[in-house]
Amino acid sequence: MSETELNPAVDEQDTPSQPEHKAGLSEQSKDIIWQGLWKNNPGLVQLLGLCPLLAVSNTFINALGLAIATTLVLLLSNITVSKIRQWVPNEIRIPIFVMIIAALVTAIELLMHAFTYELYLSLGIFIPLIVTNCAIIGRAEAFASKNPPKLAALDGLMMGIGFSLVLIVLGAIREILGNGTLFHGANNLFGDWIGDITIHIFTTDTSFLFAILPPGAFVIMGFLIALKNVIDHRG
Amino acid sequence: MRPIIASSPFARRTFSTSQLMALVIACLIPGMIVQWYVYGWGNIIQVLLASIVALATEAAVMRVRRKPIRFTLKDNSALLTAVLIGISLPPLTPWWITAIGVVFAILVAKQLYGGLGQNIFNPAMVAYVLLLISFPVQMTSWLPPTQFLNLELGLLDSLNTIFTGYSLDGYSVNQIRSTVDGVTMATPLDTLKTDLSQGLTSSESMTKPVFGAFAGVGSEWINLAFLVGGLILVKKRALAWHIPASFLGTLFIISSIFYLVSPDGVASPMIHLFSGASIFAAFFILTDPVTASTTVKGRIIFGALIAILTYCIRTWGGYPDAVAFAVLLANMTVPLIDYYTQPHPYGRKPQ
Repeated sequence: MSETELNPAVDEQDTPSQPEHKAGLSEQSKDIIWQGLWKNNPGLVQLLGLCPLLAVSNTFINALGLAIATTLVLLLSNITVSKIRQWVPNEIRIPIFVMIIAALVTAIELLMHAFTYELYLSLGIFIPLIVTNCAIIGRAEAFASKNPPKLAALDGLMMGIGFSLVLIVLGAIREILGNGTLFHGANNLFGDWIGDITIHIFTTDTSFLFAILPPGAFVIMGFLIALKNVIDHRG
Repeated sequence: MRPIIASSPFARRTFSTSQLMALVIACLIPGMIVQWYVYGWGNIIQVLLASIVALATEAAVMRVRRKPIRFTLKDNSALLTAVLIGISLPPLTPWWITAIGVVFAILVAKQLYGGLGQNIFNPAMVAYVLLLISFPVQMTSWLPPTQFLNLELGLLDSLNTIFTGYSLDGYSVNQIRSTVDGVTMATPLDTLKTDLSQGLTSSESMTKPVFGAFAGVGSEWINLAFLVGGLILVKKRALAWHIPASFLGTLFIISSIFYLVSPDGVASPMIHLFSGASIFAAFFILTDPVTASTTVKGRIIFGALIAILTYCIRTWGGYPDAVAFAVLLANMTVPLIDYYTQPHPYGRKPQ
C-alpha cells in the first residue's frame, strides 16, 4: 500500500470525528473505552505483553509500578505515532514505532531511577523490556497509525488501564496467596511519607512459593481468563 | 443375521475402572505395610487424610459441574490419586500442605481438564511437584528409619505432629528428625548427592549408616515390597508391563554405563533402582492409563524417556530425586509419541 492510498482514508476518518467529539462522548469513544477495558483487554483477551505481566506481578506494588509505567508509555506512544502518521513511510513504520517507544521508555526509566529508586531496582530488567511489550507496538500499529491523536490517546489510555487492572489484580492475588500481605513496600513507589501501609491478611512461617514463582502466575492468569469468560457467557 | 466376526481369544476378563483402581490400591498395601514398619504411622495418616480431602473435593466439583456424585466417587480414581500422594509425601508433612496438594491435584490437574480420562498430567505428580517447589523445607523433612530415631514416635505423636507441628511431648519436626547423634539424616539419594559434590567417592559415601544391604537402609525393603505389588498387577494383566520394564531397564542400563566408566563418581545402578521413587513410580505412577502412552512402541519410548530424564536430573540437576519432574515432562510428549507410534493394520504400508 502506498502513502497516497493510506492518507485519504485517514483524513476521511479525521473529519467526521471532529464535530461528534464536541457533543460529548461519541459512540466511537465509548466503543474504544469498552474495547480497552473489557472486550479486547490486552491482558485477558489479546494476551499481549504476557512476559512482564507474569514476571513482575508478584506483589501489588511491583504490579502497580509497572502498570503506571506501561500506561504512560502506551498513552504517549499512541499520541506520538498518531501525530506523525502522515509522514511515516509505510515500509519502515515498525522501526520508527519501536524507536519512539524506546525513547519514551528510556525517559520513564530515568524518571523511575530518579524518583522511585527501590522500585526501579525491584522491577529490574522489566522496565527497559517495556519496549518489547507487544501490547504497545500492537496499539501503535493497529490503532494509532490509522486514527487521529485524540482517539489514539483515548485508546492508549484505555488499553493501558485495561492492562493495568489485570496486572494489579494478578499482583494482589499473588501477594495475598504467597505472602499473606497486601501493599507491601508501598514506600518504594510513593515515597517515605506514606509509611508502612502493609496489610497482614494472615501470617505464615512458610510462604506459598508457587504463587510467587512464574508457574503460579500462569495458573492464576488462567483462572482470571476463565472468570472473564464466565462473566461474558452469563451476561 | 450376520455372525459377528472376531478373532480369538473370545472369552476375556476385563476390569471396570472401579475394579482396576481398587486392585491397584490393594497392590499398594504390601509397600505401605513395610513403609509403616520402617517410618512409622506418618504415611498411613497422610493416606487417610489425602483420601478424605480428595473425595470431598471430587464431590464438590461434581456438584458444581452437575454430574452424578456417587457414580464418580465410586470409580476410585480420586481415591487412588490420594493414596499415591499420601505414600509419596514425607511422613510428618503438616496437614494443610497435604490438603493443598490434594485439592490442586483433583481440582486443577484433573477436573479442570475435564475429569477422569481427559487430564494430560498425572494428578498425583502435579501435586507433588507443586508442593516440592512451594514448600521446599517441609517437603524435604524426611524421617530417618525408626531405628535411628532418638524419640519414640507413636500413632498419637504422629497425628499430633501432622496437625499441630509438635508431638505430644512438644518436640518439633526437626527435633523428631534428629538421630541419636543429634544430627538429621538425609535420604540415601540426597546423602550420596551431597557427598559426591563434596569430593567423596560413592563407595566412601556408601559406608554411612543410611545405606543398608544394597540401597538405603529400610527404603530398600519398601521398594522390594512395591516391586511385589507391581508384579502382582502385571500378573493380573491390570497394567501394561512395557512401561515399568522399559523404565527400569533403561535406568539400569544408563546407570550401569556411567557406573562402569567412573565407579566412584556416580551412584551405583542398585542405588538408582532401589532408592527414592524408582520402583514405586515404575509400577504405580508411570502406568496411569490416562496420562501414559497407549501404543506398545510408545509405552517403551515413554518409559525410557522418563528413565533418561530421571537419571539426568538426579545426577546433574538440583534435586536428589526426579521421578515426579520426569513424569510431568514425559506426559507432555505423550500425544506426539502416540501420533508417531500408531500401529498400522496388517498388510498396509506405513506412509
